[in-house]
Amino acid sequence: MKRYWELFVVFFKIGAFTFGGGYAMIPLIRNEVVSKKTWLDDNEFMDMLAIAQSMPGPISLNTALFVGNKRLGFKGSLFSAAGIILPSFIVILFLAIVFTQFKENPYIERIFKGIRPAVVALIAAPLLGLGKSAGVTRKNIWIPAAVAICVWLLHISPIYIVMACIALGLLHFARIKRTLR
Amino acid sequence: MQLIELYLSLFISFFKIGLFGFGGGYAMLPLIQHEIVDAHHWISVADFTDIVAISQTTPGPIAFNSATYIGYASVTNLGFSNFQGIIGSAIGTLAVSLPSIIIMTIVCAFFARLSNNEWMRASLSVLKPGVIGLIAAAALMLINNYNFIDYKSWIIFAAVFIASLKKIDPILLIVFSGIAGLVLY
Repeated sequence: MKRYWELFVVFFKIGAFTFGGGYAMIPLIRNEVVSKKTWLDDNEFMDMLAIAQSMPGPISLNTALFVGNKRLGFKGSLFSAAGIILPSFIVILFLAIVFTQFKENPYIERIFKGIRPAVVALIAAPLLGLGKSAGVTRKNIWIPAAVAICVWLLHISPIYIVMACIALGLLHFARIKRTLR
Repeated sequence: MQLIELYLSLFISFFKIGLFGFGGGYAMLPLIQHEIVDAHHWISVADFTDIVAISQTTPGPIAFNSATYIGYASVTNLGFSNFQGIIGSAIGTLAVSLPSIIIMTIVCAFFARLSNNEWMRASLSVLKPGVIGLIAAAALMLINNYNFIDYKSWIIFAAVFIASLKKIDPILLIVFSGIAGLVLY
């Protein structure tokens, strides 16, 4: 039982101290899981990360589930998942209770008038760097462009877009395979 | 009765978000916005932007944060009690995590075969650049009359954009733009 709680505590720590989620969490998780606890070696960690990123859902949750499962099976993955979820659940629930009461406050409203455009800038600014690391080139830039237009202007649900992307990837690969044969 | 229905549709919506939210973080935003603002009108676009702002300054992934927040806000907005709101936020958070729990359990069982599978990689070949389009859409969808009310909004946008490219801490930038809002408006 002690080992289950250790999983919980490690991921609770990671969940509590990583702001902004996702990619910001990866070095922290690596530090805890590979360097300190040696639950995985570096190679295993990189393989695991590749899978965690290609599956749906938050990357940090997928990572926590994988490490927990690898170490102590399904039950272990539930402990690590609870660890990573709880900190943000507690903080956001508290904020939600406070915020829904003070939303009409004129000071709060003025603060958020300043913050809202900043939020958009923080989403847009990393796009170029992210595009490069996702392998976007002049040849395939039509893919993100088409996706953005479909979602933004045509209001198509991202669910259909995701399914279409997966289908296109598989079809393309099947065609290459057939011509090679 | 109305409450049970709300709980149920919260569960379904956030399960969908967990199941189809590829790319993590910002790439999940258009899907979250589509479900909770456009399809269910649980909150307004301005409120949605505020939740993203809160997510950027608090620990944890945006998908959890929005599930917890909206689970609470959508229930209490309809006049239900604080406690019923907390149940709503637990339902939302559980629902958004459930697909990951199921999928990663399966993945762990077949990990050795999956990690180098060519079909697995093929299925992601278009989705990977596609995710960049989803993040772009997230930004474009938030450029609207609620978030950009005048020229001052655009000045804040430009300043934060440049500062962010220079790798200045996003939490600091949110704090500064909040102060700017207090001074300018």
